[in-house]
Amino acid sequence: MMQGHLCILLVVIPLFAAPIAAILPRGRLPWAAALIVTSVCFVLAGMQLWSVVQDGVVSYELGGWAPPWGIEYRIDAVNAFMALIVSGIAAVTLPYALLSAEKEIPEHLIPLFYSAFLLCFTGLLGITLTGDIFNVFVFLEISSLSSYALISLGRKRQALTSAYQYLIMGTLGATFFLIGVGLIYSQTGTLNMVDLAARLPQVSSLNTIHTGFAFIITGIALKLALFPLHLWLPNAYTYAPSVITLFLSATATKVAVYVMLRILFSVFPSDFVSTTPTGDLFLLSGIAGIISASVYAIYQVDVKRLLAYSSVAQIGYIALGIGFASFTSLTATLVHLFNHALMKGALFMAIGSIIYRVGKCHMDSIHGLGRQMPWTFGAIIVGGFSLIGVPGTAGFISKWYLVLTAIEQDSWISVVVILVGSLLAAVYIGKLIEALYFKPAVDSNPAVNEVPFSMLAPTWILVLANIYFGLNTELTVGVAEHAIRVLGVTAE
Amino acid sequence: MSELPPFVLYYFAAFLVLALPVKVRSIILLATPVITALHLWFNVDTGILSTYSLFNFELTIMRTDKLSLLFAYLFCLASFISTIFALRLRDIRQDIAGLLYPGSTLGAVFAGDLITLFIFWELMAVSSVIFIWARGTKRAIYAGMRYLVFKVMSGACLLAGALVLYHSTGSLAFDYIGLEGLAGWLIFISFGIKCAFPLLHGWLTEGYAEATPTGTVFLSAFTTKVAVYALARGFAGEEILIYIGVIMACFPIFYAVIENDLRKVLAYSLINQVGFMVTGVGVGTALALNGAVAHAFIDVIFKGLLFMTMGAVLYRVGHINGSNLGGLYKSMPKTAAFCIVGALSISAFPLFSGFVSKSMIMTAMVQEDYSYLWLFMLFASAGVFHHAGIKIPYFAFFAHDSGLRPKEAPVNMLIAMGLSAILCIFIGTQPQYLYSMLPWAVDYWPYDMTHVLAQLQLLFFSALAFVWLNKQGIYPPELRSTNLDVEWIYRKFIPAGIHRGLFVFRTARESAITAVIAPMRSIRNSFSQSFFARYHLSESWPTGSMVYWISIILVAYLLLDIFVYE
Repeated sequence: MMQGHLCILLVVIPLFAAPIAAILPRGRLPWAAALIVTSVCFVLAGMQLWSVVQDGVVSYELGGWAPPWGIEYRIDAVNAFMALIVSGIAAVTLPYALLSAEKEIPEHLIPLFYSAFLLCFTGLLGITLTGDIFNVFVFLEISSLSSYALISLGRKRQALTSAYQYLIMGTLGATFFLIGVGLIYSQTGTLNMVDLAARLPQVSSLNTIHTGFAFIITGIALKLALFPLHLWLPNAYTYAPSVITLFLSATATKVAVYVMLRILFSVFPSDFVSTTPTGDLFLLSGIAGIISASVYAIYQVDVKRLLAYSSVAQIGYIALGIGFASFTSLTATLVHLFNHALMKGALFMAIGSIIYRVGKCHMDSIHGLGRQMPWTFGAIIVGGFSLIGVPGTAGFISKWYLVLTAIEQDSWISVVVILVGSLLAAVYIGKLIEALYFKPAVDSNPAVNEVPFSMLAPTWILVLANIYFGLNTELTVGVAEHAIRVLGVTAE
Repeated sequence: MSELPPFVLYYFAAFLVLALPVKVRSIILLATPVITALHLWFNVDTGILSTYSLFNFELTIMRTDKLSLLFAYLFCLASFISTIFALRLRDIRQDIAGLLYPGSTLGAVFAGDLITLFIFWELMAVSSVIFIWARGTKRAIYAGMRYLVFKVMSGACLLAGALVLYHSTGSLAFDYIGLEGLAGWLIFISFGIKCAFPLLHGWLTEGYAEATPTGTVFLSAFTTKVAVYALARGFAGEEILIYIGVIMACFPIFYAVIENDLRKVLAYSLINQVGFMVTGVGVGTALALNGAVAHAFIDVIFKGLLFMTMGAVLYRVGHINGSNLGGLYKSMPKTAAFCIVGALSISAFPLFSGFVSKSMIMTAMVQEDYSYLWLFMLFASAGVFHHAGIKIPYFAFFAHDSGLRPKEAPVNMLIAMGLSAILCIFIGTQPQYLYSMLPWAVDYWPYDMTHVLAQLQLLFFSALAFVWLNKQGIYPPELRSTNLDVEWIYRKFIPAGIHRGLFVFRTARESAITAVIAPMRSIRNSFSQSFFARYHLSESWPTGSMVYWISIILVAYLLLDIFVYE
């Protein structure tokens, strides 16, 4: 009984919990509500992945309306995997959020903060679970609008302008997506993804379809911060509250990547990637993004901004994988998507811990903190090594698969770019470690202690996950390969 | 038990050192090499012993044969002696590095495939740099950074080479590779960086001179020897190695003679000795390979001994500049004696260890008709005696009296030096035990009339030259100076070039601005005063640029889609 309703519960529970959190009294109750909801969702998402892997695709008709007229939630291994990532990160984030949010957000806004957080969570889960392309837009807007609100809650006044700019740009992306969906609808008369996949091959030569496709791709490319459409990301990540930075960096862009994969490979005929400029666009922007964003990262003086640019570079790797569009490369993409969520999650948590203690994260104001906060520093080292791709960490696995793909495709330039990218990552992580550990402490900073356990534990869960998934690849690679097969791409 | 890779013991010991109290630390540090050596001796057979699978590949973590076992014993011995030398340190960072670094080296020696080799290759780099950084000076930290960059480059080349090799042959096994195709060259360069090939040697001379007194002893023993091992396995008999080896044996002599920092002198002489080994690997006959391996074995001991004596001086005096030392034999007589034993060994004096291995390489060269190169190697041998055999002990312990009267080295250091000195003399007089362990069967005995006479002539005339030059005052004096080496290229030339390039770029940009942008700006200004300006959207970065970019991408995409793609 429960099994059949899992997917709708995953969306409905946080959706209803959001207003409840808003009206709960100040104090820790809203947090507790959010914690319970995300943990329940995590368990449900785990059960859902299990049942999908066991029994195959689940189709849920919303309100009893049969597809393609009604909205259908269609769960296969890809959705279920994504939902697990999103809810998993949310479940790890919340225990961490308690103290960090209390420190960074005015007390009277805390209920609203958790309410917006839950709405954002709802939106992200909804995007992954729905099988209706217009519904994707709706949930995209739910998650985006709530994330604008969340970003504007940052400590500095710049948070307001960056949230506003993100609003303009994000709306631009969403509008492009909607225009594309409208054009497609005008030719096929359907919005259901499975139905679209059946009807599109007959009309795929029409210019309207190609134009719609172009609008959808550019729109989502903006949402996933594909270079050079990444301009919203550095400001948004830098000025958002630490909890939000870590949650968005680990989930929001990843969900956009998922939408991209879904549309490229299971909605549209999969030869669209090679017969349109899509593949080349992704390769080009991936290569340009890896190099330029890594170089930008080296010159940042704000640690969060440094990591934000590094995220743009990591999205470049993901774009490379999409651009090659082969079985191995898409596996690499999914694996990197998962691993990047782990490493950026760990790093942003550690930086959030530093902000919790020192109140800022300028390169000059964190000197010597590594010696005073050894566990946080350890997390940064392991997370940083994972970002560089040192063997034994999760980052190595995804880089490894990407390099294999590039060699398989005889694309030597990508091999060089991936390796140079790792080298540049070593430089900016080295800069961070140097500032944290080797520079003498700033006199004006009072000596600080390690952060409380409730912040360290989530950080180290992610750090240990980085090491675990660097040694045991069965789960990530196995699920990713399964998911890519479900998307309709098979190994030659 | 046989399948337990020995590096596990070292890593486990490192964990114990972290977890257990300080008192038992020394016991763990000393017991680890002993237990590992016993494990290798009693439990481990030859063959492929232990495999694991990492992403669809079947990787070999432990493959043993006579070659790798010999190096493994050597590394246990070296880590044992170096640990004794460093025993009083009380520095947890260096204690941990002193276990992780030899452990990773053992892992690399037993690696049966290139991926496993790569993993340990990188672990060696990361664990060894601790010895440089632990010095704590600003120079040391920057030298360590550059050291690490070289090592990471070496690792990247190795990984890239391994992948290309896998792509073309479908095998990752670490056996004979040869210089064919891109893969061979990439791996060759990777090994070459670790081996300090000419122009790639900057990390060695700089890093070893900046490391801690005890750290250099560790560093000198492992990295280059693993590279020699890897070359012997992957590139034995490649002729280019002979020429590289000869250059390596010759060019450091000039630097060593004028260098003032005595540990840097030893670093140059390390390159020179590795040159002999590389030549041996390049000749590639059984005798030459045996010579190279034996020389690696012996070099670890006497070079370690020399670095230990200089480390002891550095530890007691606080600096190691030849110009400010001298006369130390009065208060450090034992250290001085050990230094002389090491100096005689490195100069290949008969009855000392260097003689029994260097003569193998030289004989192999003559057998294979490399007479001209053999002459260069003779020159290199004479040069060794000059800079390492005479210069080191002479300027540190004798020469003009500097007035310094430091205390004799601590007991643990004396024990470590004494052990090495005994080994030098033992191997030099009883080489048959070492010969019996060598990987290839060969019938060779160094002590015949021609060899001994030729070597003694060489040495005595070389000594004569030193004495005469010194008396005439022509010998390059020990000056406080900085000598330029390849590191000048990346420490000064490239930064200056970038600086200059940036300057040119900036000037060009400025002139472009005046030529192009200024007129445009005036157009814009007149536009903004016009009627249309009311409808001109004000610039708001980054939203404006974003709109710009998204429209460019969309338009380019559509145009390409319609006109270029089908």
